[in-house]
Amino acid sequence: MNFLQPDFAPAYPEIFLLLMVCVVLLADLAWGEEKPHLAYLLSQFALLGCVLITFATSAPGVVYTFSGMFVDDALADILKMMVYVTVSVVLVYSRTYISTRGMLNGEFFSLALFATLGMMVMISASHFLTLYLGLELLSLSLYAMVALRRDSVGATEAAIKFFVLGALASGFLLYGMSMIYGATGSLNIARVTEVIQTGAMSHTVLVVGVVFIVAGISFKLSAAPFHMWAPDVYEGASTAVVLFIGSAPKLAAFGFIMRLLAEGLGSMVADWQGMLIILAVMSMLIGNIAAIAQTNIKRMLAYSTISHMGFVLLGVLSGDGNGYSSSMFYVVVYVLMTLGTFGMIMLLSRAGFEADKLEDFKGLNRRNPWYAFIMLLLMFSMAGIPPTVGIYAKLSVLQAVLNAGYIWLAVVAVLLSLIGVFYYLRIVKLMYFDEPETDALILPQGDVKLLLSANGLAVLAFGFFPQALMAWCAYAIRHSSI
Amino acid sequence: MSFEDIIFYFFSAVLVSSALGVITARNPVHSALLLVLAFFTSAGLWLLLEAEFLAITLVLVYVGAVMVLFLFVVMMLDINLDQLREGFWKWFPFGAFLALLMAGEMAMVLMGKQFGADEMPAPPSRGADYSNTKELGRLIYTEYVYAFELAAVILLVAIVAAIALTLRRRTGIKSPDVAQQVAVKRKDRVRMVSMPSEKKE
Repeated sequence: MNFLQPDFAPAYPEIFLLLMVCVVLLADLAWGEEKPHLAYLLSQFALLGCVLITFATSAPGVVYTFSGMFVDDALADILKMMVYVTVSVVLVYSRTYISTRGMLNGEFFSLALFATLGMMVMISASHFLTLYLGLELLSLSLYAMVALRRDSVGATEAAIKFFVLGALASGFLLYGMSMIYGATGSLNIARVTEVIQTGAMSHTVLVVGVVFIVAGISFKLSAAPFHMWAPDVYEGASTAVVLFIGSAPKLAAFGFIMRLLAEGLGSMVADWQGMLIILAVMSMLIGNIAAIAQTNIKRMLAYSTISHMGFVLLGVLSGDGNGYSSSMFYVVVYVLMTLGTFGMIMLLSRAGFEADKLEDFKGLNRRNPWYAFIMLLLMFSMAGIPPTVGIYAKLSVLQAVLNAGYIWLAVVAVLLSLIGVFYYLRIVKLMYFDEPETDALILPQGDVKLLLSANGLAVLAFGFFPQALMAWCAYAIRHSSI
Repeated sequence: MSFEDIIFYFFSAVLVSSALGVITARNPVHSALLLVLAFFTSAGLWLLLEAEFLAITLVLVYVGAVMVLFLFVVMMLDINLDQLREGFWKWFPFGAFLALLMAGEMAMVLMGKQFGADEMPAPPSRGADYSNTKELGRLIYTEYVYAFELAAVILLVAIVAAIALTLRRRTGIKSPDVAQQVAVKRKDRVRMVSMPSEKKE
């Protein structure tokens, strides 16, 4: 059998990032003591380099390399770009927070970059093996990041829960994949699709595989009823790590779902549609109702994430290109809002003080009207109140559900998101109509100030002009290998 | 029943009973040793499938390295069995119901004809000169090189994480720094002082 040297060009961003992680590790070891910000600057440089390389190597059409294990298409390029930008913003927001807590060291940044690498691998995987390895690379880095603050009991507990449940989910996923492999005789996604379409294998075996794969994915997405880890991890881990977990990996998880369910098992849509309906309804129900009872804002946002993931699944379950692109739009908007909200929590926290209680937002308008306004925009967007972008995200997903013919599902989704409006608006009420409990000054760094303002205004700007972002998502799905 | 069948059923019986023993043994050390036995017999089953490389790796890696480490950990931890078993009987009916339900569901799928020998025939056996190991090596370094490299990166993450989570730089301790002691030069310790000799008065 002849073996051809693989084409490395589509994978240049991954190769560059891996090299840069090693540079960050070594540079921090050599000069970390004198220059504590070196690792931060190098990480930002690495992400910038990745943006440039991805831009330079992006080609129209679908390119496979590494014996069909790696795919480079429009979906991969666009999702990767978004991941770089998200991670970069996360690092900017987190820098002050982690340096006041003694976590500003090479490990945090190198683990963050390793996680980014894992997301990139997931996004451009076209083989069950690379999907799984990318997911493990991401998850292992995240477990370690949660546990990094090892003197805190909460963080250690969160890390253990995250690790045990995550390992269980990986087991589910692998079991499902092995069933699919048993039925089709291949791990290559394109080949699996072909074999399923011939219909030569037992349908039951495939469905067993799909059940386990969907369960594994829901664990990773924190969709109910596999959501138990999310509130505890969000509460226990340090805010910087929660911001990381809550933002970029959701983009990667969307890519994962696209590659696995939409592309690989796309012809079995009738089988996984029902499962996703149950997951979506449960997520929206549990997420929105449990969030009302929370007094810790991080915990509340964890439940809000669960309900948002329900909405993302709504778009996916419609099973056509429009649904997928509306789902992608929702994920992007969700990431934008999450970045701003957690950025705000970190802005309000100081050395030895975490602004993670709802009361900490009391009277923010008196303390700083501008940040209160930004937070107001973010909360409006999360609740889906016009003219912010949140309403368009919900609208496009609901449109996809209606097109798929599930009117009752759209009605349920609207009713449940109405419940959600209550707890988002409660924060607005606390900020504008309550007395502040502290008059500590809010003194962010210049870049944080600028970026956070831009983030909040972007929510508004995309609300007025959602077409550009929507067109991008549609382009990504249309020119992908799905 | 052929000789291979007899071996298969023997190994399977030992495997299932030792696996049961792992979860029922009172003493954690016994559990760990029974797990070694379970690994060993499953390696035997793999040999029957002509996957000799995997069988030997299972014995070397799991029995030789992982389980020995595991035994050390079990011996070092002071596990209070009574505390672990607290509430066992309280939750037993619920747990048993769930387990039976799941086992029944799995059996309905797995016992069906879709997993039978007709649907999934055994792969054709190869001649004695066919090297499983060589084939694996060839595939890993050619077609699966991307996955192989990714696995290496995952190991690197594991190393970084393990060091980041366990390395403690304690300040103010009195123990000597060996590297510093070895690197010491004469001039750091001995100072030559030239003094004029004094006269006795």
